[in-house]
Amino acid sequence: MTGKRRVVITGLGVAAPIGIGIEAFWEGLLQRRCGIKRIESFDPSGFPCQVGGELPPFQLGDFIPKGYRKSAKVMARDIMIAVVCAYHAVRDAGLNTKCIIERGEAAGQPNVDSTRFGANIGAGLICADLNELAGALATAADENGKFDFRRWGAEGMNNLTPLWLLKFLPNMLACHVTIVHDAQAPSNTITCGEASSHLAIGEAFRTIARGDADVCICGGAESKINPMAVARPLLCGRLNTQSNDAPDKACRPFGKDRLGTAPAEGGGLVILEALDHARARKARVYAEVTGFGASSNTSSWSRPDPKGRAIAVALHKSLYDAGLKADDIDLASPLGAGIAEHDAAELAGWNDVFGERLGRTYALATRGAVGTNGAGSGAIDLAAAVMAVHRSTVPASINTADLDLSCRFRFVQGDPRDARLRTAVSLGYALAGGQCAALVLRKFEE
Amino acid sequence: MQRRVVITGMGWVTPLGHDIEAVWQKMLAGACGVAPTTLFDATTFPTSFSAEVKNFRLSDFLGADSEKHREASRNSQFALAACALAWKNAGLDGGPTFDPSRVGVYLGGGEGPMDFQPFAAAALAGCRDSRGQIVSLDTVRWAEVGLRMLHAVNELEQDPNMAGGHIAVQFNAEGPNINTLTACAASTQAIGEAMRLIQYGDADVMISGGTHSMIHPFGVTGFNRLTALSTRNDTCLTASRPFDRTRDGFVLGEGSGILILEELEHAQRRGARVLAEIVGFGSTADAFRITDIHEEGRGATAAMRAALRSAGMTPDQIDYISAHGTGTEENDKIETLAIRQVFGDRAKSVAISSIKSMIGHLIAAAGGVELITCVLAIRDGVVHPTINYETPDPECDLDYVPNTARRADVRYVLKNSFGFGGQNACLVLRRWDGA
Repeated sequence: MTGKRRVVITGLGVAAPIGIGIEAFWEGLLQRRCGIKRIESFDPSGFPCQVGGELPPFQLGDFIPKGYRKSAKVMARDIMIAVVCAYHAVRDAGLNTKCIIERGEAAGQPNVDSTRFGANIGAGLICADLNELAGALATAADENGKFDFRRWGAEGMNNLTPLWLLKFLPNMLACHVTIVHDAQAPSNTITCGEASSHLAIGEAFRTIARGDADVCICGGAESKINPMAVARPLLCGRLNTQSNDAPDKACRPFGKDRLGTAPAEGGGLVILEALDHARARKARVYAEVTGFGASSNTSSWSRPDPKGRAIAVALHKSLYDAGLKADDIDLASPLGAGIAEHDAAELAGWNDVFGERLGRTYALATRGAVGTNGAGSGAIDLAAAVMAVHRSTVPASINTADLDLSCRFRFVQGDPRDARLRTAVSLGYALAGGQCAALVLRKFEE
Repeated sequence: MQRRVVITGMGWVTPLGHDIEAVWQKMLAGACGVAPTTLFDATTFPTSFSAEVKNFRLSDFLGADSEKHREASRNSQFALAACALAWKNAGLDGGPTFDPSRVGVYLGGGEGPMDFQPFAAAALAGCRDSRGQIVSLDTVRWAEVGLRMLHAVNELEQDPNMAGGHIAVQFNAEGPNINTLTACAASTQAIGEAMRLIQYGDADVMISGGTHSMIHPFGVTGFNRLTALSTRNDTCLTASRPFDRTRDGFVLGEGSGILILEELEHAQRRGARVLAEIVGFGSTADAFRITDIHEEGRGATAAMRAALRSAGMTPDQIDYISAHGTGTEENDKIETLAIRQVFGDRAKSVAISSIKSMIGHLIAAAGGVELITCVLAIRDGVVHPTINYETPDPECDLDYVPNTARRADVRYVLKNSFGFGGQNACLVLRRWDGA
C-alpha cells in the first residue's frame, strides 16, 4: 500500500504487580522483583491456588478529573486498571488531554485533536462482583435455600443498582478511557484473551498507518484476582496449585518444572502516534512499530497446538510485514505462561521460525514477575520490550534459571545486561480460543 | 491501488428462521419473531418476552461434525451454523482450497451465557450462614461449592473469543482471528475491521459478522435494571416499535449473522458470485457519558460521516439507511437527529428502516444480521419495513418505511450501529454492477 505513515510509540502506561507507571515497573524488572504473593484482596484459603499478582494500592481519584469521581461506582476492577494505565500513558507521552487539563496538571488547550485520537483496548470477560451479586441472589432463595427465578424476577433483582450491567460490559474499559481523555476517533474493544493487547495494538498501528487517526491509546487490562476469575482457570488446570508456600517461584516460564501460571491483575496502554505528529509536537519517541501479524490455531479451540503452527505463522507474518528476517531480531518477547502444554506449543512455534538463532537472541519473559492477567498481559510484555530497546538494557527474566530442554531462549539471569538492541518481536496468544498475534518494534532512527 | 473488498456469501440464524430466502420473505411481509421467553422462567421479570431462536439443532448445519462442537455455547453454535450457511452460499463448501493462513475470522461475538445453576448455587452457599441468614460473601464456602459444581468446559466456552476459535477449526481459517465486543456495534465493527484487513493485505478472505444471546437471567436482569427493555408483556408481538412515539424500550433477540468477505480479484479468479461491495467504514467514540448518548449525536454523526468519507461519497448518493433503530426513547431520537445532521435536506427523502422491530436487538450480533438485509435490499430492489409503527413522533420525523415493504432502486446503503457507552460503527455497501 502506498502512502503508509510511520507509527511510533511515544507513551507507556503500565499497571503491574511490581509497579504502577512505566518507571516503577521497569525498576521492578531491573531489580528482579516478584509481584506474586499470597492473595490478600479476598480469603483464598478455599482455593488450591492461593497466590497471585495484585497491584500495589492506588487511589482512582489520582487518575481522573474530580468531576468524574462518581463514575467510579460503575467501574469493575478491570475498568479501573485501564483508567490508571491511560493516565500514565498520556502523561508519559506528554499529551495534555481533557483529563490532564481538568486535573490542573496542564494549562490551555489539549495538544491532541480529539477527532484524530482513537482507542483500541483489549478486555476480558469481566467477572461480576460476587459480593454484590451473591448478596442480591441470596434474597431470591426459596425455603430450601435454592435460587428461585420467580422471586428474583419479582423482587430480588431490585437489590442490584440500576447501572449494574454497565460495570461488566467489556467495552466499558474503552468507553471510560475515551470519555476521560476525550478520544473520539476510531474506537474498538478486542476480547481475545491473552492475545487481546497485541491484536489491539496491531489494529491501532494499521489505523494510524492508513491515516484514520493520528494518535491511539491501545493495549489492554484485566483482573483475574477475584474468586470467579481464579476458579475458571483452576478448573481448566492452568494454575499452579503447588507453590502456595513459595509464591515468588509460582510462575516459571518455560521452566523444566513449570506447574502452571499465577493469576494476576494489571494492564498496559501505550500511545501510538504518527511519526509526523510526534515530530510536530517534539515528543520523545521510544521505538517504532514496524510489523504486525495475526493468526489462528486450527487444531483446537480449547488446547494449544503441540506443533505451535499458529504461533509460527503470526511471527512469520509480523517479520514479513516489517521487512525483516528472524536473523535481524535482537530481542524476543514470548508470552511464557508457565503452563506445561502451552509453553511447549509456544516453544515449538518460536523454534520453527528462529531455530538455532534463538540461542543468540536475547529474550525477556515477564510472567514470573507479574503473572497472567489475561487481556492486559501482552501490553505489559510489549512495554518491557520497548523499554529494553529504548534503554539498550535487558533485565533478568525471573524464574527462568532452569529451562525446558527444548527452550533455546537466551534469558538474562542476575544483573541487567547492556545490549544494543535494534529490533524486537513480541508475541501474544490466547490460552483458549486460538488467537495469536505478534508485533515487531525497531529502535527509532530518523 | 487499494484492494477492493466484496461480499460473496452470507448465512444467518435468526428468531424468524435460518434460511436466507425464507426469512427475507418473512421480513418483507413484516413478520415478528417475538414471544414469551422460554429459555428460563422469566414470568415475573419486568420483561417476560424476547425474540428467541427456535428449532435450532447444530447437526442440521454441520451434520456429523456437530458432535465435535456439542459443548460449544449457544453463541458459538449459532455462529458455526451461520458460518456453515455462508460458506456454502459463497460456493466454498467442497470448493477451492486456499492457503489457510490467508483466511481469517473477525467476529463481534458476545460472551456465552453464564452457567447459571452452579453459579447461583455457589453464590447462595457463599452468602448464607448455617442458619440461612444473608452475610457478606465467604469465599471459602463459595470455593467449596463453586469448584465442585462449576464445569471447566462451560466456563471456558463463555469467553467471547470462543466462537471464533470454533470457526477457525471447523473452516480451517489460519489467518487473523479477532473478536470485538463494542456492545451493540460489535458485528458492524467486526465487518469494517475485517474489510480493512483485506484492504491492507493481511488476508484475502475473512469470515465476519457476529453472534450473541443475552436472553439469559443476567442479561435480562441487567437490561431490566437499566430500564432499557420494553415491558409490554401483554402485547409482546407489537412491543418492538422503533421510531414510534409510544416506544418503551428494545426487545432482546438472539442469533448470528455471518458474511464471507473476499478480496475482489480473489473472488473473480475463482468465479465467485459477488453480492455487494463494502466501500466505506467509520468508527468513532461518543466520548461523552457512560449512561447517555451524546445529546447532539456527535459520535453517531461522526461515524456516518467517516464511513461516507472513506467511501469517497456524499450523503446524497445513499438510497437506504439500515438504522440502529432500537426502539428506546433516546436512541431513536438521537439517531434521527444525527441522520438529519449528516443528510441535511435530503434526510426526509431517504428510506430508513429497522429490522429490530421484527427480530429484536441481537446486541453484538445485530449488525451482522442487519448487513445481510442490506445486501438483500440491494439484490432485490426492495427494503423491509419498520413494523409496529403507529404513532408518529415529532422528534422522529423521517421516512421509516412504516409497516409495508417498499420497492426501491437501492444502489448504496448505509448501515448504522451504535454501542452502549458510545462506541459507534457504520458501513457503506455498494451494489455490484459487474465492475
